[in-house]
Amino acid sequence: MKTAALSALAIAIALAAPLGGQSGSVRLQPDGKYKVPKTPWGDPDLQGVWNDATSTPLQRPNGTKDVLTDEEAADFQASLAHELTRDRRDGGADADVNRAYNDHWMDSRRLKITADHRSSLIVDPPDGRIPAPVPLSPARQKARADRAGANARFNAGLPDDFTDMSLPVRCIIRTDSPPYLPTIYNNDFQIVQSPGVVAIAPEMIHSARMVYVDGRPHLNRSLPQWLGDSRGHWDGPTLVVETTNFRTDDGVAFQGANPATFKITERFTRVDPTSINYEFTVEDPSTWTKPWTAIIPWNKIDPGEQMYEYGCHEDNFDIVHFLVGARNRQKTAR
Amino acid sequence: MKHRRRLVLLSFGAAIALGVSVALAQTPAYRAPHRADGHPDLSGIWQAFVTANWDLQDHDAQPGLHPELDGAYAAGPGGQSVVEGGEIPYQPWALARKKENFEKRGQVDVSDDKKWHAIGDPELKCYMPGVPRATYMPHPFQIVQGSNNTILMAYEFTSATRIVRMNWKQEAPTDAWMGWSRGRWEGDTLVVDVTGIREETWLDRAGDFHSDKLHVVERYTPMSPYHMMYEATLDDPRVYTRPWKISFPLYRRLEKNLQLVEFKCIPFTEELLYGKFRKAGAR
Repeated sequence: MKTAALSALAIAIALAAPLGGQSGSVRLQPDGKYKVPKTPWGDPDLQGVWNDATSTPLQRPNGTKDVLTDEEAADFQASLAHELTRDRRDGGADADVNRAYNDHWMDSRRLKITADHRSSLIVDPPDGRIPAPVPLSPARQKARADRAGANARFNAGLPDDFTDMSLPVRCIIRTDSPPYLPTIYNNDFQIVQSPGVVAIAPEMIHSARMVYVDGRPHLNRSLPQWLGDSRGHWDGPTLVVETTNFRTDDGVAFQGANPATFKITERFTRVDPTSINYEFTVEDPSTWTKPWTAIIPWNKIDPGEQMYEYGCHEDNFDIVHFLVGARNRQKTAR
Repeated sequence: MKHRRRLVLLSFGAAIALGVSVALAQTPAYRAPHRADGHPDLSGIWQAFVTANWDLQDHDAQPGLHPELDGAYAAGPGGQSVVEGGEIPYQPWALARKKENFEKRGQVDVSDDKKWHAIGDPELKCYMPGVPRATYMPHPFQIVQGSNNTILMAYEFTSATRIVRMNWKQEAPTDAWMGWSRGRWEGDTLVVDVTGIREETWLDRAGDFHSDKLHVVERYTPMSPYHMMYEATLDDPRVYTRPWKISFPLYRRLEKNLQLVEFKCIPFTEELLYGKFRKAGAR
């Protein structure tokens, strides 16, 4: 019970607040030697199952340089692996059980930093950090404060109601809502194309995002969607996707963005037979003082691997455990 | 394992025999245009217009679960059976179980992990609908037919998806709500062999069900640019006395710029599932 609760907590934290990497060596376009394959109808072919796991943090840790040497990168990976291994025995029995439980689910690829040894996924601004925020309206301040209060109750093991739990814990959206950031597990994405559409199916959670590349207009703003509304076009070998119109039930979107003004632009480019450069730029003038951009490598999974269905809500026993546990704690506290 | 394979082969045979006759009867002349790979393109948004989600068999129009609250809003339409021969060939114990399912279709109890799935229609709880039910939910679904041996089927209901792996021969590695789908072409017909379906999925609101031994063979046959015949043969030696078959057309949705819009129904069912665990006075 406790281990399951902790693991779900880990997801909630990982999804809500990424860990915390500019790079002169990021390859944005295929070099002259690699010819991007085409579908029979002539579009660049992005199809396959890709994995975006990495330990490179979204934001550069304070005091870290932008690109690590080979030795520094090896040290960083080793310390991360030590932090997360189930083979440590320095935390007592509870910690042992938690580490073993969590290790079972974790994607070991998450232990590797990007091949170019960046210290942040963010490449712009050059300091690798999310830009300064702009002052929030009173309504948004309240929405954030309400959310923070709910998170605090949940983290204390005392959720009042299911609405105190985050959208990922409630299995409504997880890493399937763009922009895509790596997390501790289930980092696979399957891309399937037919004429006029590029479908991106993230493993977690079992949704398919339809990116239309047939020139149609966006949905009306009166019809917001949890995954936003995506329209794509081809820029040479690159799929460019613009997404707006995000739905949210608590006024808070990705990284605290304002769903009403939030827009993301993603660029998918195959740079060699086994990798895609995934780049996204986030713009929201009512949340950040300037746009920011991150680049995450997507690697083709081994031929013997495949995507699995990620059921979530169907067996979300934890949500009841959290609530029943909270009611029991209240009773004993009285 | 050997035994299971024989069953698979048997029901393949049944499906082919049944499928060809219907397809021929209803699509005498149509030849679908082919893509570069020599197969028809089934990509697009499709929808069944049958009432099988309420009941696969003959059924009257019916009130909703709470007419005192919902009036005619939640009432269901009547309709004719989509089952070949009209009736599902249940074993006696299974027919009793179906009736019990129906009686308790509107109840849920998630207070005990072990009995989590014991009662209540999974649709009520917003669970992924499984195969074949996903096909005849009253929502559209989208086929994205890739050029890499992969066909994605994306259903509007709770954003359920499944991947049809073409010419894939493996056993299902584990059970999944939407099962494991192996596809192949027989002429212009897409044949999808599905196993590994979670036993908790139902077939309709009437309580029709199956076990984890369910084996479904689906056939998607183009009838015109705007229609496909859908056929599914269900074999489950634990629950039925013989394989049985459903069929109905699927219609291509033709509205300009139509796309699936999200039906993420979890927020619609959380109160029913979890409301009773709320702190007194909260909200």
